[in-house]
Amino acid sequence: MSQGQYVAAVYGVVFVVVLAYVAIIAAKLARLQRQTAELLRLVADRRPEPAAAEAPEPSRVS
Amino acid sequence: MGAAIAMAFFVAPEDANQGVSQRIFYIHVPIAVTAYFCFGLGAWKALMLLWRGGERYDLESYVAIHQGVIFGALTLVTGSLWAKASWGVWWTWDSNQLVLFLVLFLFYCAYFMLRFSLEEGPRRARSSAVYALFGVVLIPISFLAIRLAEDFIHPTVFTREGPQMSGSMFATFCVSWGAVTLLAYVLYRVELLGKRLDADLRELREAFS
Repeated sequence: MSQGQYVAAVYGVVFVVVLAYVAIIAAKLARLQRQTAELLRLVADRRPEPAAAEAPEPSRVS
Repeated sequence: MGAAIAMAFFVAPEDANQGVSQRIFYIHVPIAVTAYFCFGLGAWKALMLLWRGGERYDLESYVAIHQGVIFGALTLVTGSLWAKASWGVWWTWDSNQLVLFLVLFLFYCAYFMLRFSLEEGPRRARSSAVYALFGVVLIPISFLAIRLAEDFIHPTVFTREGPQMSGSMFATFCVSWGAVTLLAYVLYRVELLGKRLDADLRELREAFS
């Protein structure tokens, strides 16, 4: 290998490692985004229907 | 980073002794300095955890050391390629600078083994912090080894008389250093944000289940 090829290899290694790191972080953020969406769906499912929520309480006066 | 690479190849003159392989200096040294800084930051956050308490310092220390290990691995790989280009060998055990950096790198690699062998909680946070603090002793030794040993294998560029290079070379080095530091900072913030989000989501999932 010539000296120029070693220089190219050094800059190439740095580029590939940073790219791999960014790709891993991006994949992780995408997973977190999916999990957040799943939690939002769970919250929406647990929330009572608006009509039921606004219904008056039954009178307990005897 | 683009400006730093462009300056390294098109602005900085070719070194009279090492030729084109000297251009590795503009990426290798900033990465090595950033690795030292990340290890130091990890130790500082560990000290803050032991001193003031607070869960956030544990995560910040962990992320800083994680960054340090990545930049440390890059330092070893780029240094090895530079050694092969300049000295004709991939590695030499004669240079204290190289050996001490390897020791520092392996010490912080073992940090993850310790951390992931313990149950998550305050005990793990404290044990990891104490280990991270022990490692900080190696940083000045590793950094100053070259000056103490005065070997010629790994030359000293920054002396008390200033940088031993031309003005454009030093400007290129400064731009590269700034670019690598900025890159490390951005990666640190993004990883920290991801880890915090992950922890918050885990708590939310537990609350729902």
